[in-house]
This record gives sequence, C-alpha cells and structure tokens, in this order.
Amino acid sequence: MTDQVQKILQIADDELILGWRNSEWTGIAPMLEEDVAFSSIAQNEIGHARAWYELAARELGPTANELAFDRRPDEYRCSRLVELRLVPDWAATIARHHLYETADEERIAALKQSDDTEIAGLAAKIDREEAYHRMHAQMWFERLQDEPRFQEALDELRPLLDVRGEPTSELAELWEEMTMVRRSVAGATW
Amino acid sequence: MIYEVFRQERKGQAFAHAGSVEAPNEAFAEAYAREQYGRRGESAALWVVPREAVHEIDDFADELQKNYHRVDGYPLKEKLGKARERVSAKNADAFSAGAG
Repeated sequence: MTDQVQKILQIADDELILGWRNSEWTGIAPMLEEDVAFSSIAQNEIGHARAWYELAARELGPTANELAFDRRPDEYRCSRLVELRLVPDWAATIARHHLYETADEERIAALKQSDDTEIAGLAAKIDREEAYHRMHAQMWFERLQDEPRFQEALDELRPLLDVRGEPTSELAELWEEMTMVRRSVAGATW
Repeated sequence: MIYEVFRQERKGQAFAHAGSVEAPNEAFAEAYAREQYGRRGESAALWVVPREAVHEIDDFADELQKNYHRVDGYPLKEKLGKARERVSAKNADAFSAGAG
C-alpha cells in the first residue's frame, strides 16, 4: 500500500466513523434545529468517506463498500478521537467536532495541493462542504468556550487526535453495529 | 429566540414566508435556516429575520362596507363574458360576410 492510499484510507475511516458517531445524535440533539443540522453534517461526513473510499478502491479494490465495511475492526486506520461514543455528552461532542474540524482543515488544505489532480479536485470539493462544518463548529465553540465542562472535554480529547491503529473495544462494538445488516446476508449487494 | 425565514425560489422572484427556526443568536439562526430551507437546492436566497422585527398589522377598519375599496368590488366576470360574446359574434359576421 502506498503512503498516498494509506493516507486516503485514513481520512475515509475518520469520516465514516465520525459520521456514524455524529448520527447517534439524530433524534436526540439538544434542539430540533440542531438535530437537523448535526444529522446533515453526519451525512456529509459519510458522503466524504464514500468518495475517498472510491478513490482508494482503484488501488486497493474491489469497491468502496468492501473497504468501508468488510475489513476487520483492527484494520481501520481512524483516529481514536472519532471512535468514542460520546452520546449523551453534548459538550464533549462539540469539543470533538471542533478539534476534528480544525485538524481536518489542515489535512484538506494539503490535499488540495496534491500533484494528483483527482485527489486535489476531490479535496477542493469536500472543502466547500467542510467550510460549513467549520462554521458550525466555530459557532458552538464560541458559545461553549466559557463552560468548564467544555474546556475539560477539549483537554481530555485533544491528545487522542493522533492516536491511530490501536484497536479499541468501542470501535469493535461500533463495527458490529455498522456491519450487522451487511453481514446478515452472505454475498448480498446493496 | 425565534427567527422567521423567507425563501426566494429563483433569482428575481418575490420572497415568501418559509417557516421559522429557534436559535440562540443570529449565527445559529443563519446556520439552521440554511439547513432547513436551503440545503436541497430549493432556494436561491433566504431572509432570516428576528420575529420581533416583524410588525404584524391585523386591525383593518371597514365599518361602512366600502366594497369599492376592494379588488373584488367590481366583478369583471360578467362584463368579460359579454365582451367575449360580442367579439365572437363580430368575428362570425365577418366570416359569413367573407364567405358570401
């Protein structure tokens, strides 16, 4: 596996798992409006994951679906930060959202400069949606920044951003849930 | 706070009331309005207005039933019907004159 595709898989895993975790707020977010907004962000992240998996599948094959769902939990390369199940802690969820979006902005900016025009093009497209996520994260950051609970969550979660490749039981549980339907019918295509 | 959202479907068209969002401040209101009324390409533009900024007027005095002030004061339906009849009668005359 080249470094390049390894990196793309890492992003795809981050976006898929974070999208899944964020979607756990659907129906129970603090306000109806926020429920819609946060669910929409979750959907976007999964859409980004799909696009990155499709790109990675050209080298790793066979399709985005296999890469997303047919690997073992210990083969995922996502950050420890996105693996955590944070429901029903909204302060921690927003802390993660802010930490992730800040780090993701740098990563996407670097990919936009890639020599590979497809990677650069996809990064630019995704960045236009991420701009909205960053706006949302910033808005909440400003609202919660004086809350001790929020600051504690930031301090607690920040070091997890760069922890990768250490399988956790939380990810294994999520994987069970995420792939259950797919595994229920052998050979099914969706 | 409640914000009222107005939606313009296509550039140049009038804005129409779309609904309202509850949000703690303007930034949130804009984000939520964007999500609920603009995410699916259904709007060219939105107006997001604090509800207090909207002045409602609903007391219209019309004690003497001055129906000539209203757009429905002069029923045109009958007049239009008669005018159409006149035109078609005239056309029929012209046609028979030409044929003869």
